[in-house]
Amino acid sequence: MTEQSIEERVKKVICDQLGVESSQVTPDAHFVNDLGADSLDQVELVMAFEEEFGLEISDEEAQKLDTVGKVIEYIKARTGES
Amino acid sequence: MRRRIVVTGIGAVTPFGVGIDKLWNGLKEGVSTANIIEHFDVSDFPTKFACVVKDFKPEEYIDPKKIRRLDRFLQFVLVAAKLAVEDSKIDFKDIDPFRVGVVIGSGVGGLNTIENEAKVMFEKGPRRVSPFLIPMMIPDMASGMVAMEYGARGINFATVSACASGAHAIGVSFKSIKYGDVDVVITGGSEAAITPLGLAGFCQAKALSTRNDDPKRASRPFDKNRDGFVMGEGAGILILEELEHAKKRGAKIYAEILGIGMTDDAYHMTAPEPTAEPQKKVMELAIIEGGIDKNSIDYINAHGTSTKLNDKAETKAIKLLFGEEKARKISISSTKSMIGHLLGASGAVELISTILCINNSFIHPTINYEEMDPECDLDYTPNKGREKEINYALSNSFGFGGHNVSILAGKYKD
Repeated sequence: MTEQSIEERVKKVICDQLGVESSQVTPDAHFVNDLGADSLDQVELVMAFEEEFGLEISDEEAQKLDTVGKVIEYIKARTGES
Repeated sequence: MRRRIVVTGIGAVTPFGVGIDKLWNGLKEGVSTANIIEHFDVSDFPTKFACVVKDFKPEEYIDPKKIRRLDRFLQFVLVAAKLAVEDSKIDFKDIDPFRVGVVIGSGVGGLNTIENEAKVMFEKGPRRVSPFLIPMMIPDMASGMVAMEYGARGINFATVSACASGAHAIGVSFKSIKYGDVDVVITGGSEAAITPLGLAGFCQAKALSTRNDDPKRASRPFDKNRDGFVMGEGAGILILEELEHAKKRGAKIYAEILGIGMTDDAYHMTAPEPTAEPQKKVMELAIIEGGIDKNSIDYINAHGTSTKLNDKAETKAIKLLFGEEKARKISISSTKSMIGHLLGASGAVELISTILCINNSFIHPTINYEEMDPECDLDYTPNKGREKEINYALSNSFGFGGHNVSILAGKYKD
């Protein structure tokens, strides 16, 4: 799996879940402050990442994933491990 | 000074389509909207038809981003509320938000969402259940969402009384304005329960018609060969407003709400009380509150479900209250003969129908009436509508749980 494809897949999940344009989904973009997600959106977003990448993300880990870049790094690390 | 309450806006999503024009044209013409259900497989169900809202395109009215997070009953209510608010030409920016309430009823809330997420829960486990399950299924989210849409911060909750939910919402709204708590209430009901579980439940309760070979003739209130109700879905919203408040902003006034009765049978989970005393009383209370002579009632928009027991009990109640002679002179009709039973939305959509009849001096028909039942022998306006001036009308709603509501509406006179 290439790095590019993980980034693209993460972006696509975010666009689908939050109804935002892909141009807004930059690595620094914060889910709450920049992409308008509320607490329920965030739960659903994590569920969508779990589904897309076949992972389980604990609530503790999920709380730290507040920007697009952090999610990409996290998933790269997790899929690298597996 | 006595506060008078008028209707200054109406909006509806019904099996006839989106909007009041489609509803009124359909009711006037007297056509059925029942059809075989196509949105899920009905082969195992004893009843295979309903009055479904077809070609519903919420994205034409609601921000498409929001729609995914809205159960169908919430989509219906947001569209109906938008139409009613636009119709009333009210500008909420000019009004103290704490003087504007929202009270909307729903019999079951987001049944479709409950079913989908229950399936996820049992197949994939609790970690896959949507965080939106609860907000999408609770019946009070209809009033919550409408309040958010218009910044309404006064009284706000849901009424839940099965098929009387919409009528109760209007009742509570009416009394809140009358008591002086608020000046405007966005009120009504919404329901979207034509789902596998909803249909199965009503089938098993033996409440539905099984006339699968002829769905359009299945809803036949008061006819001798009626065999149950037909499920419908949709939403009806009315803007209730204190008269002086409405006059001050030059609002169009559809009708006046004069009184609302509320009683309970205290008898059985689903069957009406056989003496019909509580149903008689509920109409009487509405008339007493309105301060009119009962002999001036021109029209009753009946609950008229097309079940054996309801239509018989309702007829009996009307005769008990008015006496045989007057009862025969009142025009009666059932909106459910055409759009089916909208459950928690029925009371609201049927009050709208009643108001349209008042404004058009026209009584819409009860369709599919063929053979007289000796126990239902009043004037149900069979099959063809009729021109008639209506000064005062009652709209009845009765729900499982024995809940009875009757709303007295009248032509607006200065």
